[in-house]
Amino acid sequence: MDTSAIANSMRRMAEVLLVPLGALTAALVVFGVLMAAIGKNPFEVFALIYKGGFGSAFAWQNTLQRAAPLILTALCVALPAQAGLVVIGGEGALVLGGLSAAFIGAHLTGVMPVTTWLAMAFIAMLVGGAWMAACGALRYYRGVNETISSLLLTYIAIALLNHLVEGALRDPASLNKPSTTPLPESHLLGAIPGYDIHWGLVLGLLACVLCHVWVRSTVHGFALRVVGGNVRAARLAGLPVGRLILVACGIGGAMAGLAGMVEVAAVHGSANASLIAGYGYTGILVAFIARHNPIAIVPVAILLGGLNASGGMLQRRLDLPDATVLVLQGIAFLMVLASETLYGRAKIFQPRRG
Amino acid sequence: MESTALGWWGVPIAVIAGALRVSIPFLFVSLGECLTERAGRINLGLEGILVMGAMAAYAVSYVTGSPWLGVLVAGIAGMSLGLLHGWLCGLQRVNDIAIGIGVMMLGTGLAFFMGKPFVQPKAPTLPALNLGAWSDSPQIQAALQINLLLPIGLVLALLLHWALRHTRWGLVLRITGDSADAARAMGYSVNGVRTLATSAGAFLAGVGGAFLSLYYPGSWNEGLSSGQGLMAVALVIFARWHPLHCSWAALLFGGASALGPALQSVGMTSGYYLFNAAPYVLTLAIMIATCSPRRTLAGAPGELSVVR
Repeated sequence: MDTSAIANSMRRMAEVLLVPLGALTAALVVFGVLMAAIGKNPFEVFALIYKGGFGSAFAWQNTLQRAAPLILTALCVALPAQAGLVVIGGEGALVLGGLSAAFIGAHLTGVMPVTTWLAMAFIAMLVGGAWMAACGALRYYRGVNETISSLLLTYIAIALLNHLVEGALRDPASLNKPSTTPLPESHLLGAIPGYDIHWGLVLGLLACVLCHVWVRSTVHGFALRVVGGNVRAARLAGLPVGRLILVACGIGGAMAGLAGMVEVAAVHGSANASLIAGYGYTGILVAFIARHNPIAIVPVAILLGGLNASGGMLQRRLDLPDATVLVLQGIAFLMVLASETLYGRAKIFQPRRG
Repeated sequence: MESTALGWWGVPIAVIAGALRVSIPFLFVSLGECLTERAGRINLGLEGILVMGAMAAYAVSYVTGSPWLGVLVAGIAGMSLGLLHGWLCGLQRVNDIAIGIGVMMLGTGLAFFMGKPFVQPKAPTLPALNLGAWSDSPQIQAALQINLLLPIGLVLALLLHWALRHTRWGLVLRITGDSADAARAMGYSVNGVRTLATSAGAFLAGVGGAFLSLYYPGSWNEGLSSGQGLMAVALVIFARWHPLHCSWAALLFGGASALGPALQSVGMTSGYYLFNAAPYVLTLAIMIATCSPRRTLAGAPGELSVVR
């Protein structure tokens, strides 16, 4: 590889990094103007977001704790996106994965904790995967728009969770907040030794690396991206389009289901309405900012995990509503989407000849 | 005793009453989406616009004391989000479905953010027309209490149907939706027409939101909308992009949404959450039954990405 090839790939890299970063900066500016308009000092707000998300060891813990499910739910958007599908129902797969994991975990107690965790993870991935694969199947076999169907399935999943948690699966001992039978203390997924961060983060990192290898470095992953690029071309090339779509949605759903299992096994200890925390929705944002690249999902998830973690501090210190974080997320999302139009426009990033 | 006097007969009456009441947001949002989609673009953000409209209407009604002014402002608030959607979608290589998700997030976020001070206070709500005064039964009286927005919505559906067919504007809109090249060849700005259609549609969705906060359920809180905006998008596909069919479909969806509360009122409480999920299941079932991977749907605008 000669120097001009290296320079050209550097240019492309710079474009891929700078455009989203520019979009996020623009989002911060718009958000800052909004804060100034309601009489808050924008720099104070930014400083608090930094402090609440990344300013101390405790803040980092809180941030990484939230980043773990975000990484997994973002994969639930990013993997189907490789096949050209916009699936936004990760919340539903998370909720049902968590519910089934809690059910298994509470009833499989006479064995080693590791066995219970494996069983919980397996069932959560199975349920979440099947839930999302249904969207893919509806898309492929019936032509039902997957964006709408996945969101409808999320509403149905939440109704199922509420129904079962307040009915058949309710632990009679949970009075104020209906929950399933809690996991025994010994079977909770603990912290990584030396840190106060649970194992979910490691699972998320591992999942990202595996997905990256699958999508970028295997024939199967390449076939998937061909489907995403042009379905007709994929069909002409004889690729099994339906199966590829089902696999991408299924694995994505399995990741969201795993996020539900982690939330149950490491944070809540049982399944209840706290599972509906919006990780599925923030995961959409993470995946789009990361441009559906599994490795890029990790830093973006940490960034947005930090933003979510700072919500409480904004509320306490500046008396801002808890939806402040949602507003910033919404602005950032639109900015990042709009920035898609900038790719290939600036001359400096384009490959040169000679 | 009075409320159970009708026994199980109360269920169908409550469902009809609910259909007349709950269907109004569906009606307005689906008419708005119908207009947008006939111009060849899909706006998935109507859910966020609905919530934004609900908040704006409630806030304005509380501050000024005039609920109808609230309805107007809700429409304008919705329209500005629609304008944003239309403008962003006009940029090259920007996907309208993704922008819709973004508008959904921003709309709900902004509504919760600005609506925080209005969760507690009680704002003046829209008046009702009592069409059931002839009956002695309180259930029937309650069932026939109709909001003025229902006839307005139905007239709008008729008007939209007529305008799409018989006016120059309607023709331009349909051309843009069926073939962007043809519209361009005739000298119309495709992005301009679509942005206008999206804004007008979003105005209607905002009005639908005003109904939620100002009439039924008639208060503002963060759990006010439960996906009506999204279901309305699916409803338009079911109605085959036909404004008059939208009104029937809206009544059907309203009835399905009223099933849960109706059964609860006669003492069926065990499957409460499941009955409340009925409209989502209905939407999904209808989409499965009406979509097809092999042929384009009859009546679908040619430029629409959602049915390709």
